Amino acid sequence: MNLAEWQQAFRTWLVSASDEAAQVLGNHRAGLAVYQNNYRAQLVGCLEQAFPNLRRWLGDEAFLAASIAHIDQHPPHAWTLDAYPEGFYATLKTVFPHNPDVHELAWIESALNEAFVAADALPVPVHALAEVDWDSAVLQLTPSLRCHALTTNAEAIWSALWQETEPPEAVMLEEAGGLLVWRRQFTSRLRQVQALELDALLHVQGDGRFARLCEFLVARLGEEAGVVRAGEYLAAWLGSELILGAVASE
Amino acid sequence: MLTSNPPFSGYGLGLRKEHYCDFLETSVPVDFVEVISENFMVAGGQPRHILRQIRARHPVALHGVSMSIGSAEGLDPHYLQRLKALVDEIEPLFVSDHLSWSRRGNFNAHDLLPVPYTEEALDRVCANIHQAQEVLGRTLLVENPSSYLAFDGASMSEWEFIAAMARRTGCELLLDVNNVFVSASNHGFDALAFLAGMPAERVRQVHLAGHSQGRALLIDSHDRPVCAGVWELYAHAIALLGPVAVMIERDDELPPLAELLQELSTARALAAQQ
Repeated sequence: MNLAEWQQAFRTWLVSASDEAAQVLGNHRAGLAVYQNNYRAQLVGCLEQAFPNLRRWLGDEAFLAASIAHIDQHPPHAWTLDAYPEGFYATLKTVFPHNPDVHELAWIESALNEAFVAADALPVPVHALAEVDWDSAVLQLTPSLRCHALTTNAEAIWSALWQETEPPEAVMLEEAGGLLVWRRQFTSRLRQVQALELDALLHVQGDGRFARLCEFLVARLGEEAGVVRAGEYLAAWLGSELILGAVASE
Repeated sequence: MLTSNPPFSGYGLGLRKEHYCDFLETSVPVDFVEVISENFMVAGGQPRHILRQIRARHPVALHGVSMSIGSAEGLDPHYLQRLKALVDEIEPLFVSDHLSWSRRGNFNAHDLLPVPYTEEALDRVCANIHQAQEVLGRTLLVENPSSYLAFDGASMSEWEFIAAMARRTGCELLLDVNNVFVSASNHGFDALAFLAGMPAERVRQVHLAGHSQGRALLIDSHDRPVCAGVWELYAHAIALLGPVAVMIERDDELPPLAELLQELSTARALAAQQ
């Protein structure tokens, strides 16, 4: 057995823990068990660390069962363990198909983890914006921004869990909204927004031009209200550093 | 042609986030710190910011766990580029990783898996070290791992493999004394023979750590103080090596910093007796 075959057999052992794989590796059961335990404990620990509030929400037993399902179906592939929690969201949708609160809590924690180590970015000084030609300006979003639709009170649940207070019962929102996660300096932020603001930000993510944002809001709210709302959003996004600045389009 | 890492000797600690405040707000009496490279191979945010502040106060060694030096398919170029970016920014004292593998195709075990001590594996490991040193523009330190499994077709001992690897690649070595102790116990070899077989002149850094007793094997758990047997082995090692960089590596059940500094004092005292 050459090196590549031996490593393939080892991979099979870690993922499947099958007798066949153990035999191929010489059936050194005690040693193989240590590696098997290390592999699984590492991944379970990674998910526990990434989703502390989701774990509290589900309870240890249900969280562990979901973790094991994820580890069995999705062996890690990236060089960094930071990437492993990303796929947990999809597994939770399978394991808890009728619990959008669980999916949205997972999204919140995953997005916060990503924002924590996203690229650094500093907002331009306010006085620099005075010279911007807004008709041709392209808005620059912070690289840490993550957006997602919200259908439940997951934001309130997560906030209560984070503050270690009694979380509310999970309920569906009367109107769907949105979730924003980003980082200001070194502090990650979470904000619940209305669906219109989510759609507006998604629009900016797709086509950064401020003029197109105005057109989008005018189409939704009418001429006057749309332009006013665009100005309000712009001021709020600049103030919270969701937008770093604006540059002229090419 | 790469040159050796500049001469350095002293006593340090593995820096863990539980002790960030101690290192940022007080004057911790260490000669260097070591960090896990992958924890800082990120785009930005607080981890890189803290590392820059620490670097302004102490020499920093970068210690990796994911290079996968023993991979049959070579190294991941993307990983190497990320590591190089960190190396270029931090200008570390040393860059090290383990004589182990973790990557096979589209799979990464995130563990330090054992390398079979064969001629074929030696060729592959040497090619991978050459690749890493070429990209990084530095001489790597390669650490002996703890292992729990021996390859039935091995054609040489671990120390013979390491000596050949260092000779062929020019790499330097990180001697983990606890790993020697654990592997010697698990595989039934003589730890002193291991030390005698190491090319002492290539060893630039020493790790000291604690281990735990598993069902049948010793486990390299880094969750308790250095035990008497490892201190004894360290005394033998340091007599062979002379002045090098020595550090305590603790990852779990982290005690207050003062306890780790006390262990470091023991390391200093034992070295002074040699």
